[in-house]
Amino acid sequence: MNTVADLFSENTGFREGDLLELSMGPHHPSTHGVFRMNVTLDGERVVRLKPVFGYLHRNHEKIAEGNSYLAAMPYTDRLDYLAGMTNNWAYAHAVEKLCGVEVPVRAEYLRVILAELTRIQNHACLCGFLVQDLGASGTPLMYAFREREKVLDLFEAISGSRMMGNFQRFGGCREDAKPEWLAAVAKLVAEFPSFLDEFEELLAGNEIILSRTQGIGVMKADQAVNAGVTGPVLRSTGVAHDLRKVDRYGVYSRFEFSVPVGAHGDTYDRYMVRLLECRESLKILAQALKDIPDGPVLDPKAKQKGLRPKAGEAYGRIEGPKGEIGFYLISDGGPNPYRFRIRPPSLINLTLLEDICLGQTLADAVAVLGSIDIVLGEVDR
Amino acid sequence: METIEAIRDRILATFPGAEVTVVLNGSPSAQHSLRIGKAHALAIARWLRNDEALSLDQCSNVTGVDWPEREVTENKVKRIEPGCLEVVYHLYSISKRLGPVVIRMRTGNRTDDVTLPSLTPVWRACEFQEREVFDLFGVHFGGHPDLRRILMWDEFKDHPMRRDYVAPDDFDWEPTPHDDVLARAKENREKRTAAPAKEGGA
Repeated sequence: MNTVADLFSENTGFREGDLLELSMGPHHPSTHGVFRMNVTLDGERVVRLKPVFGYLHRNHEKIAEGNSYLAAMPYTDRLDYLAGMTNNWAYAHAVEKLCGVEVPVRAEYLRVILAELTRIQNHACLCGFLVQDLGASGTPLMYAFREREKVLDLFEAISGSRMMGNFQRFGGCREDAKPEWLAAVAKLVAEFPSFLDEFEELLAGNEIILSRTQGIGVMKADQAVNAGVTGPVLRSTGVAHDLRKVDRYGVYSRFEFSVPVGAHGDTYDRYMVRLLECRESLKILAQALKDIPDGPVLDPKAKQKGLRPKAGEAYGRIEGPKGEIGFYLISDGGPNPYRFRIRPPSLINLTLLEDICLGQTLADAVAVLGSIDIVLGEVDR
Repeated sequence: METIEAIRDRILATFPGAEVTVVLNGSPSAQHSLRIGKAHALAIARWLRNDEALSLDQCSNVTGVDWPEREVTENKVKRIEPGCLEVVYHLYSISKRLGPVVIRMRTGNRTDDVTLPSLTPVWRACEFQEREVFDLFGVHFGGHPDLRRILMWDEFKDHPMRRDYVAPDDFDWEPTPHDDVLARAKENREKRTAAPAKEGGA
């Protein structure tokens, strides 16, 4: 009666073969924030897994309904600290649909540049975090963060803030990009592939990574579509669904790029799809930087403060780094939105978490969660 | 994509006697919607998903809307429009690249007749989102496999996204309440004594 197992069994009445109920989180380093999973384990295998949400809930929707349309804009980038720029765009896009506002072409190009920069830094971070979850402590994550820092410097230069840009306005962008800034983006686009090469070489063929990710957490295509899964997680199952191609919002129809898809829908595919998407984003960035026209980035007549759209509703969605980020707005003609709803990609992508973790070991469930890519500010809102 | 009227006509041809009305949207987005009676809602949802021309295989967004009782003036005649809770579904087709088709359902009132059929059996995407509507708006979804609160804690009593929700005073707690906070606390206490059912959480 000396081993740890004996002591545990003595103190808890737990016997060999019993199922173990484990509350993992909310404060656990692998849950990427305050997220909790109530896991039931048979040995090391997951037999039940129930996610518990709400630890970061501040009812953002209610706050937005009590404020003017413009006042909700800075809240949207606080939903997801990795994708502030795309969240801003999604909200501006929904309001533009609600009011029928036109966006100048230069602003559309600038939005594309910022969105693709957001995507590469989000995906770089995700890949770093995922490898960290697999046990490669420190180095790969810091390599990814080093690259992210370069993108954040660009965001800071144009918007004044590294993550909370508050940059988009209804009908354009808040500031114009200076030629030096565009040159700095071009420099980053030229240098970024060497990071991707390095990262892929370091990790893609690594035996431990392969055995920990291939065939783990398999999601099937029809199951994923039915569960509303979007973004890279959906594409890893083999469904080539990308709103940049499907809705062709903004000026995305002008760029040539392909949509990488996976074949198996396992953790490895979810990881690889993101690395490949980074390369496609770089292609889009190169084309956008080449073609960006001169002109205004915001129509001075486009109303920002005191906006009162006429009664109606609109649902606007764009392809965020994590999936379909949408805003559903109802206006009753007043200065505040009557209903303000965010379609959170992270929350809905978690619908299948239990299904794909069943039968896996707990350590792999951690990697599966990491590969879905959640940010709790957006899950709990 | 076919017009919303054409979809309504095809639904009515398939389900004679179903309640389906077109709700026009006045905004430039022109995303019109269909209001569906709860009796046939589940069958219609399944039909929308399985129909070959539409095949709306993705339910993108589910949300609630609270419409409290309000006074409207039409032709100089005042009448009271009864309140209700509404649930809105945004449907897309990934295989056909169509959408959105917006469907909505309304409850009978905001107090006791708040049950609507759950569409989770048709689209799994509704699972968490319907739980959220239940949690924040208080719509009960019959046939939902796991209807629990999702964002608020289990012991919480009220539904915070309702427009007449009053936050409990302790949310504004200060060591010595004064000025605005004191005035708000008094006001809230009066509101709560007027409507005892509105007792907030913990």
